[in-house]
Amino acid sequence: MIKNRVVCFFSASQSEQPIIFRLVKDYDLVINILKADINPQKEGYLVVELMGSKEQIEQGVNYLKDLGVRVEPLSQTVVWHEDICIQCGACASFCPTGALDITDREKMEVSFDNSRCVVCGMCLDCCPTRAVKLHFEVA
Amino acid sequence: MGVNKTYEEINDKIRRGKAVVVTAEEMIGIVEEKGCARAAEEVDVVTTGTFGPMCSSGAFLNFGHPSPRIKMKKVWLNGVEAYTGIAAVDAYIGAAQLPENDPENKVYPGKFVYGGGHVIQDLVARKPVRLEAIAYGTDCYPRKKIETVITLDEINDAFLFNPRNAYQNYNCAVNLGNRTIYTYMGILKPNLGNAGYSSAGQLSPLLNDPHYRTIGIGTRIFLGGGIGYVAWHGTQHHPNVPRGENGVPLGGAGTLAVIGDLKQMSPEWLVGASFIGYGASMYVGIGIPIPILDEEMARYTAVKDEEIFCPVVDYSEGYPYGKSIDLGYVNYRDLKSGKVTIRGKEIPTTPMSSYPRARRIAEILKEWIKSGRFELTQPVAPLPSADADIVLHSLPERNVNGYNGLK
Repeated sequence: MIKNRVVCFFSASQSEQPIIFRLVKDYDLVINILKADINPQKEGYLVVELMGSKEQIEQGVNYLKDLGVRVEPLSQTVVWHEDICIQCGACASFCPTGALDITDREKMEVSFDNSRCVVCGMCLDCCPTRAVKLHFEVA
Repeated sequence: MGVNKTYEEINDKIRRGKAVVVTAEEMIGIVEEKGCARAAEEVDVVTTGTFGPMCSSGAFLNFGHPSPRIKMKKVWLNGVEAYTGIAAVDAYIGAAQLPENDPENKVYPGKFVYGGGHVIQDLVARKPVRLEAIAYGTDCYPRKKIETVITLDEINDAFLFNPRNAYQNYNCAVNLGNRTIYTYMGILKPNLGNAGYSSAGQLSPLLNDPHYRTIGIGTRIFLGGGIGYVAWHGTQHHPNVPRGENGVPLGGAGTLAVIGDLKQMSPEWLVGASFIGYGASMYVGIGIPIPILDEEMARYTAVKDEEIFCPVVDYSEGYPYGKSIDLGYVNYRDLKSGKVTIRGKEIPTTPMSSYPRARRIAEILKEWIKSGRFELTQPVAPLPSADADIVLHSLPERNVNGYNGLK
C-alpha cells in the first residue's frame, strides 16, 4: 500500500462526473479528500490522498487523465505566521521532527525550520492562536 | 535595622528619574550576587509579567442609544452573545462565550475558532464589529430590534473587567488514560504522553509577592497593553494552601480581579484563543510592579523557577471526577527545559502561557516606570491572605423538592 497526494483540475463538464465513486469502486482505492472546490457548471479542483497498491493508483490516475482531468502531484506546506504566533511553545512539544522548536530554553522562543517539516499537521490542532496554517501547492 | 522604604519615597525617585527598576528575572542575579540586604537598598521596583490564557475575562460595554431607544434583552457581537441583563445598552462580553451556531464538540474535537476573546481582540484592533440586539419594547424604550456596526472608539465606554486572572501557580496536567484528551491545558496524549503547564514561573506577579504584601486592591498594573488596576481578589482566591519554605504556594492559590480601560489596550496583549476540544478563551497580558520596601521583598522577588513547584494532576480521571491521584510535584525549571520525569517516565512538556511575552511585559513595565509615566500605588486594602482561612467550596447537589426560590 502506498499513499499519493494529487490535485485534480476539472473543467465545467467534468465536474458532473462521479469520479470518486469510480476510483473507489473500479480501482479499489482508499480516498481521502483534503480540500475541494467543485461547483456545478464551473471549473473546480480536488485535493485527494489516494491509498492503494502502486498499480491501482496508476490505473486510477490514468482513468482520470483519460477523462481529461488534469492531475498534478501535490505538495503541502505548513506556513508559520510569526506575527500571529504568541510564542507559547505548545507546538514544539508535539512537532515530531523538531521543525517547530524552542532551540534556546533560556529565551523560550519558537522558531520554524521548514526543511524539517513533514506536514503531519499536529501543530494546526494545538496552536491556540492558529498561527500555523496549511497551504496546498502543486509541486 | 535593614532598609525600609515607603511608596512615597519610591515614587519620588520615579518622578526624579532616579528609581532603580529591574525585572523579576534580573532580580535573581542581583540577589545572588549582592545578597538580599544590598539588593533591597539598591533596587526600588521589580517588574513582573504574565501572558496566559485567562478564561475568566471580559469587558463591560456601553453602546450608546439608537433613536428610538432600546432596552436590549439580548445582544450579539459578531454573532457572540454578550450578557445584557443590566441597564438598557450596557452589556458584558465574556472571553469564553461562543457564537450561537458554533458546532462546539458535536464533531469532536471541536475547533472553537471564534469566541468572546476574539471579539474583544477585534474591538481593540479597531475592527468594525457587527451588533445585533433584540428587545421586548417598553414605553420609554420602544425599539425592538437593531442591527448595526460598532467600533471601539465610537461606543461610550469599554472597560475590561476580569474576575479571575494571574493565577498564583497552577497544575501541571497529564493524562493517565489510554486516549488523547483535549483540555484547557492543551492536548494531552495518553499514557503520560506529555505534560501541560501554564505559568510564567519566576516572572509571574503573585509568585513574586507570595503573601500579597504589596499587591492589593488599587494596585496599578499593566493590563492588556494599557494601564489597569487590581479591583478585588479574584474568584476562587484561595491563599490558605500548602506552601514551601519560601512562602510560595505548591499549587493554584491567589487570584486577581483586574479592571482597566479597554480603549487603551492593544490586540498584541489581548489575544483571542481557540483550544481544540475545549473552547474559546483569551490570552491576557498582565504586569505588576513590586516595590522593594525591605529585605523581605527583595528575597521574595528573587524567587527562581527551580524553587517554584506545582502539583502533577491527571486530567483523564483525577481532575474531572475529583479523584485524588498522587503524582508528586515538578518545578518550573524542569518544565521549561522541555522534559520532566513523572512516575519514572521522561515526557515532553507543553507550555500554555508564553514566557517570551511575559518577559516583554516585564520589560515594558520597567521602561514605563523608568521614564516616569507609571507610578506605584499603595493598596487601599490588602487581599485576603492565608490567615483569612478562606475555604474553597464545591457545589453540592441537593434534592430540590419543588423549591423554586419563590414564596
